[in-house]
Amino acid sequence: MAYSDKVLDHYENPRNVGTLDKNDPHVGTGMVGAPACGDVMKLQIKVNDSGIIEDAKFKTYGCGSAIASSSLVTEWLKGKTLDQAAEIKNSAIAEELALPPVKIHCSVLAEDAIKAAVADLKSKQPA
Amino acid sequence: MELLQRNYFELLALPAQFEVDLTLLDQHYRSLQSEVHPDRFVTASANERMQSMQVATQANEAYQTLKNTTARARYLLQLNGIETLEESNTAMPGDFLMLQMEWREAIDDANSAKDISALDQLLVEIRQMAQQLSQGLSVQFAQKSYQEASESVRKLSFIDKISADIHRVIEQLENA
Repeated sequence: MAYSDKVLDHYENPRNVGTLDKNDPHVGTGMVGAPACGDVMKLQIKVNDSGIIEDAKFKTYGCGSAIASSSLVTEWLKGKTLDQAAEIKNSAIAEELALPPVKIHCSVLAEDAIKAAVADLKSKQPA
Repeated sequence: MELLQRNYFELLALPAQFEVDLTLLDQHYRSLQSEVHPDRFVTASANERMQSMQVATQANEAYQTLKNTTARARYLLQLNGIETLEESNTAMPGDFLMLQMEWREAIDDANSAKDISALDQLLVEIRQMAQQLSQGLSVQFAQKSYQEASESVRKLSFIDKISADIHRVIEQLENA
């Protein structure tokens, strides 16, 4: 199957691969997995004191589309508030990367990872 | 031919339950295949020939589904009106996903180090977990705990995929 140029770009030069300290109260970790293809995705975000995401890292085991989806969202997340981050939709990821229908679930995985990371962070920070 | 209306368990004359006698499964499959073998329908009408072929195809699908633990559990859940949502349910338990991550890292490490015995060792560990999940499924089906069974199927789906990936890496290393 042919990957789009954007998928290939993120796949070959993934942005923000790495790990943040999951015990840091400013760090939220989201782990999700797709049983159908065995992909596993870990997405971490770090917020500053004003609640803006200043760093995002990911680690993904999976196909090119799953890696590209997570790489792309780490770029998108920086500078956003948690509420803005939670609004990122899989359809926007799929559109940006020109994912074919069979790879839509990779963008769903990325959206779910963001939601899980935001939820983890919110659970750490008393309102 | 009313055979076409039957579910896979009925088609292969087995009780619709998670535990399957694999010897009986083999026997029933072979006798059904011989019943609908094209050689027997040489002089039959076009309609009968077509139906026998459909049953043969369905028998094959039934056999493949019931023989495989994960596929059998998934199918049995479907018969009970439960979809396992392997395409859309991404919320697996954190410790299970962490383990998947660790296994994936171990595969990468072993691959770089060309360490086939480390991969064999990993397969042993993974098979043990598959065994546990399969035993868990027996209990879950017996108790009609279908949501728990559904999660076990999703876990087995990961395990089937990672096992296949390890076998592929081993094969590549052996042929290198």
